[in-house]
Amino acid sequence: MSAAQLIIACLLVPAVGAAGIALAGRWPNLRETVTLSTAALLFASVLGLLPKVLAGGVPQLFVLEMLPGIALGFRVEALGMLFALVASGLWIVNSVYSIGYMRGNDEPQQTRFYVCFALALAATMGIAFSANLLTLFLFYEILTLVTWPLVTHHGDEEARKGGRLYLGFLLGTSIVLLLPAIIATWALAGTLEFTPGGILRDKASGPVIGGLLALYMFGIGKAALMPFHRWLPAAMVAPTPVSALLHAVAVVKAGVFTVVKVIVYVFGVDTLAGIRAADWLPAVAGFTIVAASIVALRSDNLKRRLAYSTVSQLSYVVLAAALLTPLSVIGATLHIATHAVGKITLFFAAGAIYTAAHKTEVSQLDGIGRRMPWTMGAFAVGALSMIGLPPAAGFISKWYLLAAAVELGHWTALGVVAASTLLNAAYFAPIVYRAFLRPPPAGAAAHGEAPLPMVLALTATAALTLVLFFQPDVALALARAVAGG
Amino acid sequence: MIAEHLPALVVVVPLAAAPLIVLLRSAALGWALAFAASLFAFGASLALAAEVARAGVISYHLGSWPPPWGIEYRIDALSAFLLVLVSAIGAVVAPYAWRSIAAELPREQHYLYHAVFCLCLAGLLGMTATGDAFNVFVFMEIASLAMYVLIALGRDRRALLASFQYLILGTIGATFYVVGVGLLYLVTGTLNIADMAERLAHDGGTRPVLAALAFITVGLSLKLALFPLHLWLPNAYAYAPSAVTAFLAATATKVSVYVLLRFYFTVFGAGLVLETLPVPEILIGLSIAAIVSASLVALWQADLKRMFAYSSVAQIGYITLGIGLATRDGLTAAVVHLFNHGITKGALFLLIGGIALRAGGAGFERLRGLGRAMPLTSLGITLAGLSLIGVPGTAGFISKWTLVLGAIEAGYWWLAALVVLTSLIAVAYVWRFVEAAYLQAPDARTPPAGEAPFSMLAPSWLLVGACFWFGFDTSFTVESARRAAALMLGGAP
Amino acid sequence: MTTFASHYSYWITVLLLAAGLYIMIARGNLVKKLIGLSIFQTSVYLLYIAPGKLIGGTAPIVSEAYRVYSNPLPHVLILTAIVVGIATLALGLAIVVRISTAYGSIEEDEIVAADAGGRDRA
Repeated sequence: MSAAQLIIACLLVPAVGAAGIALAGRWPNLRETVTLSTAALLFASVLGLLPKVLAGGVPQLFVLEMLPGIALGFRVEALGMLFALVASGLWIVNSVYSIGYMRGNDEPQQTRFYVCFALALAATMGIAFSANLLTLFLFYEILTLVTWPLVTHHGDEEARKGGRLYLGFLLGTSIVLLLPAIIATWALAGTLEFTPGGILRDKASGPVIGGLLALYMFGIGKAALMPFHRWLPAAMVAPTPVSALLHAVAVVKAGVFTVVKVIVYVFGVDTLAGIRAADWLPAVAGFTIVAASIVALRSDNLKRRLAYSTVSQLSYVVLAAALLTPLSVIGATLHIATHAVGKITLFFAAGAIYTAAHKTEVSQLDGIGRRMPWTMGAFAVGALSMIGLPPAAGFISKWYLLAAAVELGHWTALGVVAASTLLNAAYFAPIVYRAFLRPPPAGAAAHGEAPLPMVLALTATAALTLVLFFQPDVALALARAVAGG
Repeated sequence: MIAEHLPALVVVVPLAAAPLIVLLRSAALGWALAFAASLFAFGASLALAAEVARAGVISYHLGSWPPPWGIEYRIDALSAFLLVLVSAIGAVVAPYAWRSIAAELPREQHYLYHAVFCLCLAGLLGMTATGDAFNVFVFMEIASLAMYVLIALGRDRRALLASFQYLILGTIGATFYVVGVGLLYLVTGTLNIADMAERLAHDGGTRPVLAALAFITVGLSLKLALFPLHLWLPNAYAYAPSAVTAFLAATATKVSVYVLLRFYFTVFGAGLVLETLPVPEILIGLSIAAIVSASLVALWQADLKRMFAYSSVAQIGYITLGIGLATRDGLTAAVVHLFNHGITKGALFLLIGGIALRAGGAGFERLRGLGRAMPLTSLGITLAGLSLIGVPGTAGFISKWTLVLGAIEAGYWWLAALVVLTSLIAVAYVWRFVEAAYLQAPDARTPPAGEAPFSMLAPSWLLVGACFWFGFDTSFTVESARRAAALMLGGAP
Repeated sequence: MTTFASHYSYWITVLLLAAGLYIMIARGNLVKKLIGLSIFQTSVYLLYIAPGKLIGGTAPIVSEAYRVYSNPLPHVLILTAIVVGIATLALGLAIVVRISTAYGSIEEDEIVAADAGGRDRA
């Protein structure tokens, strides 16, 4: 297949898959088969694009002109390639996990769940491959809308509240801040195409660039930069597979992906570095990292703790991108992938615990590691990755971030990373400690591992977290291309 | 031969259909005739739009009397665009009306409904097509009288009062308009719009001309429901039969905006209206008041129809805001939004008609769990609601894009901020429906499972589809609007 | 003073306009509102017709005997406007009849009160 056909396939496969899932809704086994084969086909399509991108090619596809001078178009470059690989690859694992989780917990409305999931992946592919800001914005908003039914899946009062926060923050920031930023960019630069080196160079004065950057950074609500992070913990009312793939990978990574994309291809790293318009950004990101970690430390609810951990880890990417050096951009790009595999493992584990033991609080986890050794073992690997210790993938991206901070002599960044590493350890280590070293409470109900599909899925992602540490070549090659391009 | 007379036929065919329907006294034939007439009008409008795009302004001399003595029909980029909108909505609402009216009116009144509908359509098309200021008044009254009748047909007795209030305010508006035209006639001695414009180019700005401008502005503002002259609108929309609400919401106020644009930019000229007088400032101020207040009021309505009626007042505010920006981009935004809001609101009110049919009303208490009972209708309202909010990929987004761009390029950063902030209120009121339909459990007042009839659902979904089509393919809307804006700012066509 | 006196037709127009508008706003009786509406519309007839009349002018029949003609166009226009006015009045009265049947009253405040159990009235 040609590159253009592959791009079309990446967008259409999940969309057509969603229709297929809807049609097969009455027969659960068939429906799940459709989901899995759609996921596999999507991953294959994305993989098909990989050699072309690694060889330095930039496959593109222009569909139609939406507004005079602005096309609906797609262009696959290294950053989008990495994001698409991570999201589509993990979708397969997550689908296996979903089947176990949704059936194990006897969840309602399963067809709607799988349909929305497939649509969310289609939107994610659109974001990853978008050639300009308008296309990106289009899919960014679609992603918000199709994940709303997943967040409000249970339809109860809590879900309604969570849904309101979710929609309010994501749609609110994107309409009020991001959209005007995009329109202003169009008014200033006369183009919205992502261009290496940026499109705003010499197009506006320093203060205007600074203001625009603020609009972008806070407008990309999916990146969960404080104070616009509240939607992420609110989204945890969703079933755990949603939290795992969407609110640890697809949606939030779409946010930081957009951040990196905007900094690298809209403003241009050199433009920002030259006029020092982004100097405030590491501070905000740093604050988010530390503050979210502290909230995580104080949260007893496991999913809430993981959510705040995500808020904090997302700002690693923002911080790295905001340092504006090639090394830091490599770090930012890598962290999109490494955090994804680690955090999805943690969420998988949390969902497995909920399914098998119906426990949601950290304080209830005493001794659970003995009954669910695979789950808690995987959790430990994920936690290692979050803290940033070898042999987990998180170490690599953190290493690049630290190297960039040292190279720049950026002591704030260094301090933030150091503090956050300690905080991460402080809120993950006790969970592992409780699970394996504390005795289970007397009279606890006997239970074993979660259903097999779930255990398989979380073992796979845990393994992936380790593999990515030893074999980071592909990810690294793509990240270098982003930084070098 | 026929093509040559299209500018007149587009008005005459629906106009002639009306008495014919009354003579036939048959519901089925009346419906068929009304549908055929509206389809013809749509086809003719498309042909006219294509001709205007190809060859420029069409001037048609009624009865072959040359203007300025005879009445001239004049189709340019702006009026062709409006003709397409009005006739398209007419052609969508006409088939819809068959089942919708059957549920709301006694059978012996059906043919009368179709006749009055044709009159209303003819009146609105006439206002758009004619190039004669007094002729505009005549068509305005034909359309308005038809509307009063159509609104009064509503099942609820409050429809009568709504219709009466609209009759009083609408007649005041039309009379103010005709006073303004009279003053212009005294100054220029002509009623032909193009001729008037030429003569005013020399002695514009005198006191009678300013008085005429004031009268026409106030009169048309009543007709187009510009805040604070919008008080007739919510009740009229809320209590009229469903098909009527959809037709009015999508066309009536839009045509009045068209006439206002015509007078501002063709007759008085952009120089007088936008530069000498503080019209832009007043328009911007009133538009902001409309957008903010009506959006907030919409949020608290207990009835879906009323909620979207208030939303219409707010959306008209966006249109007048675009005019108030007084730039080419702003005018483009206003004209684009005329169209996009027309199809969006048309789709919404048509779908709400389906709910009214199944549930006996559109109060929020009947909407619980509607997502299961009427999945296609609920999904349609949600999707059209997205267009109302301005989510990318929808027609509403194109409007918002052009409007914000216009505001930024005119240097009104705060207005751009206001536009995006107020669209959050739209999110809130659209999501009230979504939450009720999808997140609340059905109860005894929810209609039993079952969709509206196909003949109602299909036209509704056609417009929902249009909301998305024009969100991606803007070659017709934005291009037409840009040409129209250029025409308006370039002075007399 | 001469301009004031010589423009008396305009003053009457303004007077009728204001009186009609006032009646429509101030009166709660629906029939009286319609009467106000008619007075209001009448003012327009005068506005158009008065300037069309030239003292000593005749109908525009081309003849050697006459040199001054009145403009006939305003008369024609106002004929149309009168037709529109009558149609409006007739329709308005018809609606009032229906309102009277439905509510048993044609006083606005009573009608509004009868519906007060319903929703808010804006």
